[in-house]
Amino acid sequence: MTQPSDDQGPLPQARIDTIPLLILAGVVIVAFFLIGSASTWVTLTIAGVAMGLLIFIMASGLTLVFGLMDVMNFAHGLFIAIGAYVGVSTMKAFSSAAGSESFLENLGALAPTLLGAVVVAGLIGAFFERVIIRPVYGQHLKQILITTGGMIVAEQLIHVIWGPDLLPLPRPETLRGSFLVGDVAIEKFRLVAVVVGLSVFAAMMLVLNRTKIGLLIRAGVENKEMVEAMGYRVRRLFVWVFIVGSALAGLGGALWGMYQENVTVHIGAQMMVLIFIVIIIGGLGSVGGCFVGALLVGLVANYVGYLSPKVALGSNILLMMIVLFWRPQGLYPVNRQ
Amino acid sequence: MPEPLLTLAGVHTHIGQYHILQGVDLAVPRGELTMLLGRNGAGKTTALRTILGLWKASSGSIRFDQAEIAARETPDIASMGIAYVPETMGIFAGLSVKDNLVLAARESALDEARLENVFRFFPALRKFWFLPAGLLSGGQKQMLSISRAMIEPRKLVLIDEPTKGLAPAIINNLIEALKELKQTDTTILMVEQNFHAARSLGDGVAVMDSGRIVHTGRMADLAADEALQTRLLGLSLDVHQ
Repeated sequence: MTQPSDDQGPLPQARIDTIPLLILAGVVIVAFFLIGSASTWVTLTIAGVAMGLLIFIMASGLTLVFGLMDVMNFAHGLFIAIGAYVGVSTMKAFSSAAGSESFLENLGALAPTLLGAVVVAGLIGAFFERVIIRPVYGQHLKQILITTGGMIVAEQLIHVIWGPDLLPLPRPETLRGSFLVGDVAIEKFRLVAVVVGLSVFAAMMLVLNRTKIGLLIRAGVENKEMVEAMGYRVRRLFVWVFIVGSALAGLGGALWGMYQENVTVHIGAQMMVLIFIVIIIGGLGSVGGCFVGALLVGLVANYVGYLSPKVALGSNILLMMIVLFWRPQGLYPVNRQ
Repeated sequence: MPEPLLTLAGVHTHIGQYHILQGVDLAVPRGELTMLLGRNGAGKTTALRTILGLWKASSGSIRFDQAEIAARETPDIASMGIAYVPETMGIFAGLSVKDNLVLAARESALDEARLENVFRFFPALRKFWFLPAGLLSGGQKQMLSISRAMIEPRKLVLIDEPTKGLAPAIINNLIEALKELKQTDTTILMVEQNFHAARSLGDGVAVMDSGRIVHTGRMADLAADEALQTRLLGLSLDVHQ
């Protein structure tokens, strides 16, 4: 491959917009002084990062779905709920392995639980795209109405299959509880959430930046028409993005269910508020923005929840307002044409 | 006159309530560069977009390489060997110069010889190879946009006002690159307002007015006939350079 020549002076460098990252760091530092206790601050920071990464897993697919085809899918929470309920059933089926004191046996319960959530949510995503989304391409009002209706119908179907009651989703035995580092208590499951969240982010960035499919997705988010004019079928690409986005929402749903240790039918709808906030402040269609936005939301929710519980509920709405006043297109706006 | 590679017959295009193309008849000879001229709003850009299926013809026939394409989807039409350089340039601002060209190469890897050819005309692209295309200047973006059409062999290239808003030195570069493209037997249909570019490059010419083709002929004949220019385009093109 031809390399750029260096005989024309130094190459200009692409500037990475570090301001959102500095703000993220600033939030963490300011929280340290406001909280006053180092151990509490570490605990809250890890909790915030874990929560943020779980939200990122659930939100990343939706931001690409919107960016690529302008599809407003208000039923994205359905895939979160499906993932959580499939997680409940699978974990129950593997309850003896989950209850074992052996970490390897616990993995034998955790892996099929997460895999089942991914596969079932992905399959339902494929069905949903074909039956619900495809007939309303390009029609935003109809998309909002039909996906909201689809979400209501799906919640009722979950009632029929799993019942209306709150169901427990226990964590595998060795992932319960905390361990102490000095006087800092770190919940084991939060570390699992961090590891899975960072792995998903790394994999997404790898695919988006190092593969032709990823290039096509990024190009399609910017200018779908031009990608089609180059001979690529964006709709076919979109179907796969939709399926992967649904599968990731399912993965996030199962992990979030374990994070809370119980599941209700409203788990998806409840998360949708945070997910919409994250993809709006991140910049619609931007995976990097979604990542930074999710971390901001997770950290602010935990810090404010500790410092001023009464304000906690509205803290993320306030965060969104501040970001949008500053950057109306989000932290990392995509140059969409 | 070579046989036509592209033929439009009685093509009508509606955009919403507007009837833009009102029965376009046009033959683009194989291996030639045909200039599509006309006043603003005559329907030139709509004609290019309709050929590529970005706007659907409401009636009429569009034949490319002996196949009817009016009802086909844009990716299918493009895959038959048509490249498009839109007026807006259509570059992917967040992708590097390299990645823009990698996507344009479609099925295969970048051809080293063709890439060197692109760099010969547009050395700035070599310099900014790994830089996001959004950081390029307007002229460099246009170079990239045209390079995407040159990076793979194409049967037909549709180019919409490539010199718009560019400095004269860059326009001369583009003209040289397009002359080189012509030498490769690529058929080109180009909308252009810059008469210097149109006269330098055009073999044939078609003039549009109010959604119809009102004149076809040789570019050299139109360039030599000031009265015809004034009648068809409203002014002498030499004034317009």
